[in-house]
Amino acid sequence: METRKGIGVSPGIAISTAIVLDAEDLVVPRRVVPADQVEAEIARFDEAVRRSLDELAALRATLTEKYSRDVGAILGFHISILKDTSVSDSVRAVIRSEMVTAEYAVSVVLRKYASEFQSVTDRYLAERVKDIYDVERRLLHNLIGQRQQALSHLTSDAVVVARDMLPSQTVALDRAHVRGFATDVGGRTSHTAIVARALGIPAVVGLGDITAVASTGDTVILDGNRGVVIVSPTPEQLAEYREIERRQRELERELKDLVALPAETLDGHQVSIQANIEFPDEIDAAIARGASGIGLYRTEFLYLASEREPTEEEHYQAYSESLRRLGGRPLVIRTFDLGADKVTQSKLAVPERNPFLGDRSIRMCLRNIPMFKRQLRAILRASVLGDVRIMFPMISTIMELRQAKLVLRDVEEELEEEKIPFRRDIPVGMMVEVPSAALMASQFAREVSFFSIGTNDLVQYTLAVDRTNERVAGLFCPAHPAVLMLIRDVIRVGHRNNIPVSVCGEMAGEPLYTLLLLGLGLRIFSMNSTDIGEVKKIIRSTTLSHARQVARKVMSFDSERQVLHYLREETRKIAPEVV
Amino acid sequence: MTTVQTTMQTATRETVIMNKLGLHARPAMQFVDVANQFKSSVRVTAFKKKQQQEADGKSVMQMIILAAEKGTRLRITAEGDDAQEAVDRLASLVESKFGEED
Repeated sequence: METRKGIGVSPGIAISTAIVLDAEDLVVPRRVVPADQVEAEIARFDEAVRRSLDELAALRATLTEKYSRDVGAILGFHISILKDTSVSDSVRAVIRSEMVTAEYAVSVVLRKYASEFQSVTDRYLAERVKDIYDVERRLLHNLIGQRQQALSHLTSDAVVVARDMLPSQTVALDRAHVRGFATDVGGRTSHTAIVARALGIPAVVGLGDITAVASTGDTVILDGNRGVVIVSPTPEQLAEYREIERRQRELERELKDLVALPAETLDGHQVSIQANIEFPDEIDAAIARGASGIGLYRTEFLYLASEREPTEEEHYQAYSESLRRLGGRPLVIRTFDLGADKVTQSKLAVPERNPFLGDRSIRMCLRNIPMFKRQLRAILRASVLGDVRIMFPMISTIMELRQAKLVLRDVEEELEEEKIPFRRDIPVGMMVEVPSAALMASQFAREVSFFSIGTNDLVQYTLAVDRTNERVAGLFCPAHPAVLMLIRDVIRVGHRNNIPVSVCGEMAGEPLYTLLLLGLGLRIFSMNSTDIGEVKKIIRSTTLSHARQVARKVMSFDSERQVLHYLREETRKIAPEVV
Repeated sequence: MTTVQTTMQTATRETVIMNKLGLHARPAMQFVDVANQFKSSVRVTAFKKKQQQEADGKSVMQMIILAAEKGTRLRITAEGDDAQEAVDRLASLVESKFGEED
């Protein structure tokens, strides 16, 4: 039994079997496999050798063609190592005798050769150590690739244990069987956390060395509420957690009863609760949980799911499917919010030094007009099928907004010429997630039909905290008075100019902030659909005048600690089971 | 400089590394490529200053770890149907300095 404490980023309990993804750039931990898995590990190794040889043969052919025989010859050495039966026999022998994973055996055997090479005084040979490491990495990459592929068609339930989950890994997951995530690194707003909450499965991140402690096949208890993961639990722990799991299901059932009831305060004020989605197939679950529409459709996942730019037709299919599922309810489509953490920097020729301050989101779209236009065309074409609204992300200057609208106008003219029908009065709004946009809200309000406050980025840019950096993630707090002042002002400007304002960041789905946001005048909350029940419960348990009192008091504090403490107290008074 | 003794299907020849850089990666690969063309198993013993070291002549990694420098005496032993041909071809590869120019 081993217990690790991390950050619970998506609530719930999962009791399941672990699938561990090793990272190819890290030391591979020793993992034992059951006796009946030994032959399967050997087969995985043989397959990885085959794939690596195929890759090298293809690579050598192109290099020889492009450069010279000498360049190709370097890869010849890699091929010789992979074909060396004394190497592959040793790997198989280690898997058999020690009953370990192929990853570990490869690492042990090749590192042994590497150290023998290093002990040789001849400098020509010492140089070759790099080649051995190259071959090791290639084999591990292929072995890990197999595991990742396995995640897209699981046959039984599993908890995924990894160093970190990349967007490209999470989109391919078999969502019917993945019961939870446990990762070594990450914070509250890391990608793993967002995806887990969207899927409604528990997740614990920042566990340190969970990939070294857990092995594929181990039983694990994942407690997303307390941020704890127990590997190979005792029978007592299992019994205890099964009981907690049972009670949790009861609470869920209770919240479900709220679905049919309106989001309305005790004194009769209506609130609209909408859902955030990444894929159209999440819409049915969102409606079932009580969402009155989609307040944020993160369309970049169309791109991330296939790792290439979608065609206009693929965009159109996704949007028309969403509208069909929504049956007349509103759909706010956010245009591509790519870049920063959502395009791996390693893929760029010249990685940016400050990706979050770099070429991301609307900036990237405005530099890739053909890509941007393809998306806007598809949105406009779909606009005749339902209540579609367009939202531009990360606007930081008025010129960006005007430019984006000009591109939209261009696309409208093109469609008009081609006699393709679209809605001419499609509402165009913007995300307010950069302090400059929040401060200039009254100027922006004259040029858009709605605002949506993206609290994750607004907090990050206002407080200068990288939310994915564990060392400073503790400073990331939506309750910081500076952030609250910006949110208050944006909501006020919206009311004054008669345009709707919503909050679609994580803050909207946290019951702790519901009273405050309501009191600041917010009437549209957009959140992960799993959070709807709890937020609705709070709205239905308070009056608007009480929420206003709470907000006034909060705005008089000068530290986030006071804010959090007070909000916890007030929320507990009306809904003790929620916070 | 060569001694030949053949018993059953075993053949052995001795030779000396003569190319400047010794048995580094490229020559080792060449040696193993040739050795792998034969059915016979191939063992190589390197006689170094203080000790002797053995390697599988069909394993590029083991051949490299021999770290046989210029002047090192090698004994090539093959066992199998084509043992004699194997040692002859391998010895002449070594003696041709692996096609290296000095």
